[in-house]
Amino acid sequence: MAPLLSMHGIDKRFAGIPALRSAELVVERGEVHALIGQNGAGKSTMIKILTGYYRKDAGEILFDGKPVEFSSPQDAQRSGISTIYQEINLVPYRSVTENICLGREKRRFGLLDWSAMHEEARALLARFKIGIDVRRPLMAYPTAVQQMIAIARAIGFEAKLVIMDEPTSSLDEREVGVLFGVIRQLKEAGVSVIFVSHKLDELYAVCDRVTIMRDGRTVQVAPMTQLSRLDLVTSMLGRELSQVLHEGHGMADAAGEAREHVLKVQNLSVGRKVSDVSFDVRPGEIVGLAGLLGAGRTESVRAVFGADRPDAGTIDFARRENAIATPSDAIRAGMGFCSEDRKLEGIIPDMSVRENLTLALMPQLARRGIVNEARSREIVDRFIKRLGIRCTGPEQRIRELSGGNQQKVLLARWLCMNPKLLILDEPTRGIDVGAKAEILSLIRELAGQGLGVLMISSELEEVVEAASRIFVLRDGRTAAELRGDAVNEQSVMTAMAHGHESAREAAHG
Amino acid sequence: MNSIPLKLFQGTGRYGVLLALFALILFGWVRYENFLGAFNVLSVLRYNSMFALVALGMCFVIITGGIDLSVGSTAAFGSVVAALLSPYGVMPGLLGGLAAGLVVGAYNAFIITRLNILPFIATLATMLAASGCALLLANNQSVSVSYETGFVELGQGDFLGFPIPAWIALIAYLLGSLILNFTSLGRSVLAIGGNEDAARLMGLPAQRVKALVYLASGGLAGLSGVILAAQFGAGQPIEGVGWELFAIAAVVVGGTLLTGGVGSVGSTLAGVLLLGLIFNILNFENGLGWISLSAYWQSVIRGAFLLLVVAIQARLSMRAQETA
Amino acid sequence: MADTATTLPPAHGAPRFDVRTILTRYGAWIALALLILVNLAITPNFATWQTLNVNLTQVCAIVIVGVGMTLVIATGGIDLSVGALMAIAGALAPLIFLGKLFLLPHPAIGVALAFIVPVLAAAALGWFNGWLVTRLRIQPIIATLVLFIAGRGIAQVFTNGNLQVFNLPSFQFIGLGRVFGIPFQAVLMIVIVAAAAWMLKRTVFGRQILAIGGNEKAARLSGIPVASVKQRVYLISGLLSGIAGLIVIARNSAADANLVGLGMELDAIAAVAVGGTLLTGGRATVIGTLVGALIIQLVRYTLLANGVPDAAALVAKAAIIVLAVWLQRQGRR
Repeated sequence: MAPLLSMHGIDKRFAGIPALRSAELVVERGEVHALIGQNGAGKSTMIKILTGYYRKDAGEILFDGKPVEFSSPQDAQRSGISTIYQEINLVPYRSVTENICLGREKRRFGLLDWSAMHEEARALLARFKIGIDVRRPLMAYPTAVQQMIAIARAIGFEAKLVIMDEPTSSLDEREVGVLFGVIRQLKEAGVSVIFVSHKLDELYAVCDRVTIMRDGRTVQVAPMTQLSRLDLVTSMLGRELSQVLHEGHGMADAAGEAREHVLKVQNLSVGRKVSDVSFDVRPGEIVGLAGLLGAGRTESVRAVFGADRPDAGTIDFARRENAIATPSDAIRAGMGFCSEDRKLEGIIPDMSVRENLTLALMPQLARRGIVNEARSREIVDRFIKRLGIRCTGPEQRIRELSGGNQQKVLLARWLCMNPKLLILDEPTRGIDVGAKAEILSLIRELAGQGLGVLMISSELEEVVEAASRIFVLRDGRTAAELRGDAVNEQSVMTAMAHGHESAREAAHG
Repeated sequence: MNSIPLKLFQGTGRYGVLLALFALILFGWVRYENFLGAFNVLSVLRYNSMFALVALGMCFVIITGGIDLSVGSTAAFGSVVAALLSPYGVMPGLLGGLAAGLVVGAYNAFIITRLNILPFIATLATMLAASGCALLLANNQSVSVSYETGFVELGQGDFLGFPIPAWIALIAYLLGSLILNFTSLGRSVLAIGGNEDAARLMGLPAQRVKALVYLASGGLAGLSGVILAAQFGAGQPIEGVGWELFAIAAVVVGGTLLTGGVGSVGSTLAGVLLLGLIFNILNFENGLGWISLSAYWQSVIRGAFLLLVVAIQARLSMRAQETA
Repeated sequence: MADTATTLPPAHGAPRFDVRTILTRYGAWIALALLILVNLAITPNFATWQTLNVNLTQVCAIVIVGVGMTLVIATGGIDLSVGALMAIAGALAPLIFLGKLFLLPHPAIGVALAFIVPVLAAAALGWFNGWLVTRLRIQPIIATLVLFIAGRGIAQVFTNGNLQVFNLPSFQFIGLGRVFGIPFQAVLMIVIVAAAAWMLKRTVFGRQILAIGGNEKAARLSGIPVASVKQRVYLISGLLSGIAGLIVIARNSAADANLVGLGMELDAIAAVAVGGTLLTGGRATVIGTLVGALIIQLVRYTLLANGVPDAAALVAKAAIIVLAVWLQRQGRR
């Protein structure tokens, strides 16, 4: 019998940049299929093409033996493909019943038949062992229950294929157990599931086969049981074991050890994503923060910068403990932070390069509130030169610059403040290769001048090359601290895959 | 989430306004003779039915997360059209005013959903345009209605001892409540306001629903204009100033969230009556002769009420966010 | 490479000289120029001092309020209460200089206080708006709706709804006085516009306003005190409304709380929109607001001077607003 779904040779470009290159995905009937890959590997683009959210540039999709091209997620749903999104896409103020039945209401005499709809919602939720009052608004229930309701909604549509995009990110262990029970039920009923997750344990617990994507291509398809954790991570990150035995470089190590730390974070806990994270940075060293998506890296550094409020733990910066409550406190104390989302949290698109660059410095550039334009221009010119920012001039709007140059402007925004510590969250994301190298060498140069740098990057090669120490986070905890010779891709991957013990083994073995 | 703020939150929305209304009525009944007399009750209902219709449309618009600032001048426009058509009979007047409102509503729907202009600024412009049209059509003066065709009954007449405009408002509210609670259209309206992206992913035709809502708001404003013309015996091109804000206030006092997604037709009616009664009570109070509060106090008190309600809403939603 | 960085040819950043860009960027100026040309051609006695004076005095209050509105909108907010605040300031001033509120030791003090107290009161109410927006996190449109409704009522309660007629040249200088033949209110308007334009461009505060409207999250992460900046912007809007209120009553030699500033919020928002300020915040031009107000006024004047009824001017105004906002959207694609 033909597979339920087969996608072949899928191409997709966004503004000329390829997101998918001849990607493949084949899902058998009644199987749970894992789809994994790094950020930007193309898995969500793949799913969005399948569900009709995007249109493919080339390739073929066969569903249930017939070629299909859905025009919208609703269209896909009508054909039996339901999607559960990572963020709960429900309406918080409306009742549970409505959230389950919206779009396929039951009617009697032309009007909504509430009692039948409540009954249906209750019956559906019972399959998930959830007994709640379906008349109450969705927002009355915890996130985990809301997530289960979203799943129930999707499955209630009599789907042949259910796509789950990181469905467990807001569930606790017991709830994950229930969800897995439901997935097995679905499987028995002949329904296929595409399961997207970054939690390796879960993949092994529930998936039959796995498709691994990288840089828009399908790099490996195999039964789950044939791949070890390390194989998975290696394949995802695209490094061969033989070539990853990188020489850990202890440049700043010897000098760094002696100096007192500029930042020391202990037992930090923030919301659901970070439960016990510790790390530290010394002046003049680059410290890497590694981990799979959802490991709690960004959440940790945001708390350090005062952008989010930590629940517990100590943050010791420049020898003052927990003195930072807001970003302005952090900036005054000598910290800089480049967010991972350049567009949403970094640049001010309608402002010029100059205005963006001097945004944080402005109060210092001013006397009695009036900006000293001459000094501002001088500083901006200096940084444009020093960082090699390519623009028509300081007055060009930043939105017209390429990603790499925007990022340089944001780096300059902090560098002109003479910070003690610079936190960089994915500093090279979405940047072309040339600019990437420039930015990395710049970061190294800065550290050489005594700046402490804390860098998050999903690109392993990058972290290993730049950092003298690496903290690996896993499920909201510090899983390992790697230093010296242990700073190589293999030990980082091992730590991501298994946690502390094995990382040590890898480092020493 | 802690369920206490949530309960409070819903409580203030659904029952707070009813409690306040009840308290106000009780106060009036105890303090003033004839407050609950048929004459007073019926005239309050007759007068406020116009605002009730406008507020009903506004309620739907606000639930989708939008706003319609043009309702006041649309009502004025409707009243002029109705007055001009009143010599031809009750129906031409009624339908003419309604149609005038629907045209304005359709225009709003077009610029908001097709040209993608923010509802706030789009309906602001429409407000000027509708007012201009009303003045042009009426030649800058009020247009007397015909007393021969019985058109004025729509505003001044009674049916089964109950004012006809109040009947019209009552029917509109029953229909509105039915639509909001018992049709998929109504549920779509609520879902779109609550989370437009989610609603889209659920397969709801968001743009079409929004267009319908503005159309309905225009139609109801037109109908309210018909009543205006019939009640005062003339089409009033300069009436309706500030009606939109009165309607918004009534909707908000009724517990409908301005961010959309939550709202109730019944509470909106209670909101209208509450704001209307404040004026009525001021009149009675002055009638007692103890103090002489000018009519101007009514807007101060209305503003204070609005402040109280939004402040409570804001506090509760802030708490809800923190405990979420 | 670093040396050539600043002189590199504009790769993708070159301004594209297509019609759309020109229309969105200079549309307001072009429209104003066209209007003046059309008037020179068809309107009798257009190129006279009198015409200029009439149009300037009509537009002053709108522009002054529009400046505050521009700043508020630049942060991504809106202020509906401006008309009501004008009414309050307009009601307070005569009460003070006519000595109805308290006894005056000297008439000159009365006049001085009649300038200071109403403007400060309006500023304080503006601050209150900002407080609602930043501390209680109420949407600006609702937060300012409170004073929109209550404000005029307060002014009416002060005056009991009565018209206050007066004749006090020293006070009325603000609306009727002339400096070198130019109406003082126009001078005041130009000073305010220039100061605000300068402030928006050259001061830390101005940059912060635009940064908040342009990207509030990024602004916060760059250490900008978002709440305090917003608060001050609403205060300024209130203050300018107060000044505009005084001008209007001085011009009319009468204060009518029912009418002062009625519908002003709409005129001001319209001027801001037509002037090219982005209604979602982040890009603002005070000079544009002046141009926008002049356009709206000139359209009205043109139509009136050529025998078109005032009502039709309203329709024209609506069309201009929709067109301006639509063009703005097109330009951002």
